[in-house]
Amino acid sequence: MTTREEAAQAIKKLERAAAWKRTMRRVVIFVVFIILLAVAYTGYKAFGQAVDDAQTQWPVIGRVLPRTDDLTMPPIRDIVAEFGQPPQRNNSKPLAAFIAEASLFTLREATLGFVFGVALGLGIAIIMLRSRWLERGMSPYLVASQTVPLVAIAPIIVIWGSNNLGWLPFEWTSWMSVSLIATYLTFFPVAMNGTKGLQSADPASIELMRSYAASRRQTLVRLQLPASVPYLFAAFKIAATAAIVGAIVGEISGGVKGGLGRLILDFASRYTTGPSRLYATVIGAAVLGIFAVGAVTTAEYIVLSKRKEEPLSL
Amino acid sequence: MTETVSCAVSISGLSKVFNAGKPNEVRALEDIDLAIDEGTFVSLIGPSGCGKSTLLRLIGALTHPTAGEVCVNDKSADQARLDRDYGMAFQTSGLFKWRSVTENIELPLQLMGWSKQERKDRAAEMLDLVKLSEFADHYPREMSGGMRQRVAIARALSFRPSLLLMDEPFGALDEMTREHMQTEVLDIWKKTEKTIVFVTHSIPEAVFLSERVIVMSPRPGRIAADIPVDLGERVFETREAPEFFECITEVREALRFEGNAG
Repeated sequence: MTTREEAAQAIKKLERAAAWKRTMRRVVIFVVFIILLAVAYTGYKAFGQAVDDAQTQWPVIGRVLPRTDDLTMPPIRDIVAEFGQPPQRNNSKPLAAFIAEASLFTLREATLGFVFGVALGLGIAIIMLRSRWLERGMSPYLVASQTVPLVAIAPIIVIWGSNNLGWLPFEWTSWMSVSLIATYLTFFPVAMNGTKGLQSADPASIELMRSYAASRRQTLVRLQLPASVPYLFAAFKIAATAAIVGAIVGEISGGVKGGLGRLILDFASRYTTGPSRLYATVIGAAVLGIFAVGAVTTAEYIVLSKRKEEPLSL
Repeated sequence: MTETVSCAVSISGLSKVFNAGKPNEVRALEDIDLAIDEGTFVSLIGPSGCGKSTLLRLIGALTHPTAGEVCVNDKSADQARLDRDYGMAFQTSGLFKWRSVTENIELPLQLMGWSKQERKDRAAEMLDLVKLSEFADHYPREMSGGMRQRVAIARALSFRPSLLLMDEPFGALDEMTREHMQTEVLDIWKKTEKTIVFVTHSIPEAVFLSERVIVMSPRPGRIAADIPVDLGERVFETREAPEFFECITEVREALRFEGNAG
């Protein structure tokens, strides 16, 4: 082996060590932050209860800030313990298992919604790239589509899905309708950032492609799409959370059973008998969201570090 | 028209007007007649705004003439572009940052549907030509400006076009790198026997590189002088030879005259 190769290998080793160190630092910061959050929650609760116990009639807590009794703010240890408790009387399955199953159900809806949304968003972006005229015509409607309340269109989509999609070669189930609702939220950031990304290709590079007599399709595939990748990943991160939110809201307003949305709805309606169940489920939903964004960020890191690029900061 | 078969580029009665009929109308080029023999190294020089880049873009059919005709290899410029008769290098290397050096050189070959092995072989050959073989798997951002420019030249030559169009390719480089790159380009020219049309605003660069320097005047761009350069083989000492300076003076005079007239 030449000294040059040895040096290159040593550099690679150092880079890998540095990357590992960065990841570990992130994990540590994440854990510390959760602990701080729990400490702040418990601290506020203890403070509020001390105020209550002293009977000072201090009006801030309870009127302006949330009340601190166990119904409003169940103690952290109750919330943590709740994960191991069975939420149903005649079933020994713990809550954590319910949440995990519901999360998988919701994740499936969200993933399908994400994939559809990305495809739809990219399609719209490519159409808008092709024609300035269409871009101007379509933009206001795209923006308007996002101001329509999701709770209003969710039942429409679920009903339409169950009534009008019987002709499909496979059986249309209601969770697929929820995916469509998630699609509705995910396509938008992809379409917007995608258009910007496709237009980010350097005019000199466009000219270069012309000098090679490249077709429009070749220019799109070899130049404009690769140039848009950092923009797309920025959009994918927003789209990933939007897909989860869309799926949960879609389940709730579409009345679809099996996912986190339904679980949240159930526990909210029985809140007084077990507030920490709802808290635990919401934490479950948050973890799902973090997982989704984490998956996109990992994919971004892999793709961009291969291209030796930095991620586009949001 | 009296083109001969050996004409790589033949231009007759060429005019280019931007924004014709509008208040911001610009007559970029007027009455250009130019014939470039196959295998020659020709420089276009002139002050900024004289339309030299526009002329190059017209030869490459990246823009179209208002009047007159451009023929490349006895075809219309458009047909020559579709036949991939020319390669182009710009001031900015225009490398795709998401592609490695090899992948950048392979780009035109990929567009032309070459097989993976053919592309790989040709890219290696081109890297050897521009003396960057050990950087095959590097990415553009890991390289200096001069190296990137050499990759861009390798990319332009990868599909063996008969004509190489260069638009101030060394304009953004420092003086030392620039002189080095000039020697490299002459070396490549000798090895490949291409026709090269080279746009520059540096007089020594034009004189050192070319067999013929076309001096252009601004607004509207016209050919002010067509100066043959006969300095024999370029070596290090060429830049210090009295004939070199005579040629530089001749070009400078041609430019000065036009500068005063304009």
